[in-house]
Amino acid sequence: MLNVMRAVIARDLTLAWRRRSDVFTSMIFFVIVASLFPLGIGPEPKLLLAIGPGIVWVAALLASMLALSRLFASDYADGTLEQMLLAATPLSVIVIAKVIAHWIAANLPLVLIAPLLGLQFGLPADALAVLALALALGTPSLSLIGAIGAALTLGLRGGGVLLALLVLPLYAPVLILGSLAVEATAAGLTAQPYLLLLAALSLGALSLAPWAVSAALRISYE
Amino acid sequence: MLEVINLTSARGERTLFRNVSFKLDASGLLHVAGTNGSGKTSLLRILCGLGAADAGEVRWRGEPIHSVREAYWREGVYLGHANALKDDLSAIENLLMACTLAGRPASDGDAREALHAFGLAACSHLPVRALSQGQKRRSALARLALSTQARLWILDEPFSALDVAAVAHLEKLIVAYLDGGGSVIFTTHQDAAISARITQRIDLDKASVAAC
Repeated sequence: MLNVMRAVIARDLTLAWRRRSDVFTSMIFFVIVASLFPLGIGPEPKLLLAIGPGIVWVAALLASMLALSRLFASDYADGTLEQMLLAATPLSVIVIAKVIAHWIAANLPLVLIAPLLGLQFGLPADALAVLALALALGTPSLSLIGAIGAALTLGLRGGGVLLALLVLPLYAPVLILGSLAVEATAAGLTAQPYLLLLAALSLGALSLAPWAVSAALRISYE
Repeated sequence: MLEVINLTSARGERTLFRNVSFKLDASGLLHVAGTNGSGKTSLLRILCGLGAADAGEVRWRGEPIHSVREAYWREGVYLGHANALKDDLSAIENLLMACTLAGRPASDGDAREALHAFGLAACSHLPVRALSQGQKRRSALARLALSTQARLWILDEPFSALDVAAVAHLEKLIVAYLDGGGSVIFTTHQDAAISARITQRIDLDKASVAAC
């Protein structure tokens, strides 16, 4: 079972590497969206500091959602997903592996680049560290919840917009906790409770989402 | 081993086939015949568990396939219309991945040999998108050479897009597999030399099952 997981992760990361322009597009999207706000609002340190955490988080949410459609669509189109449904390993295990690979390829770059974007908003150093940490803890749940949406909208016409409508409302708790964690740090308070809740959300999603995704994938084939 | 009981499938208002029943034993070769749109692919997808039947049941070793899932798929191979190859991976990478998923991990050497036998030695390391349609089909079929421990092959139009040499090689593979006790269900419009080995034929146009 573990070697199937390893093989699927390696396969998806190889594919992401051979198609790295896709990875860069969502990363550049993230950078541009987060950079437009300081440009539009103007150099007002207090205001920027107040809205910074929220904006970086919203931009990360959108960038992460853009990448979701890649999770199953190409495997669906060329028939490899069909073979995964017929694998000797439980589908939910394969789904976990695919989501892990997707998180590494699509969300890890966002986590790493976010502190740089936070600088534009004048966030203090400790708030930048918490921003990266909060994203690292929160984005796995984005990938997991998003995978359910991606599986449900597989093969539908106009699936992209429907996916956004399905998934974005479910992202709200992560967004709220994530930006609160950063704001608390910037205000000199502890961010620990928010970070713990983000981690709990991710673990909860990890325990439920793979089964929901497998069921959704099987439905989309029947 | 495989038992199909009163299978019925409809697409919208139109019934594709009704009350299809048959039993397939070791070394059985079942040919599913029918005109385009008669439901051959739908039948095969139901048999492997990808599609849902409107009525009826498919059993593997006496158990409904939906209750034994992974155990059934460990013993079965399904090769559909889609080649199930990633364009950005090479033929050999695709083959190794398919074997791992099927629960029968293969070594690099075995995979190379299987591609070799299908005449793909020179392009086994090229990304699949650089291959021709027939070469893609052959790299998908190379999986069969590494699936001889499986007990059931379900092949949808395996001979399409293949040249004479590849057809001959595939037939050789199927015959060797049947001799080893495997069972095969396949569809084809070509008049294949393998016809001599067919033990049963289902004609979906007439909804009849005939022993040969």
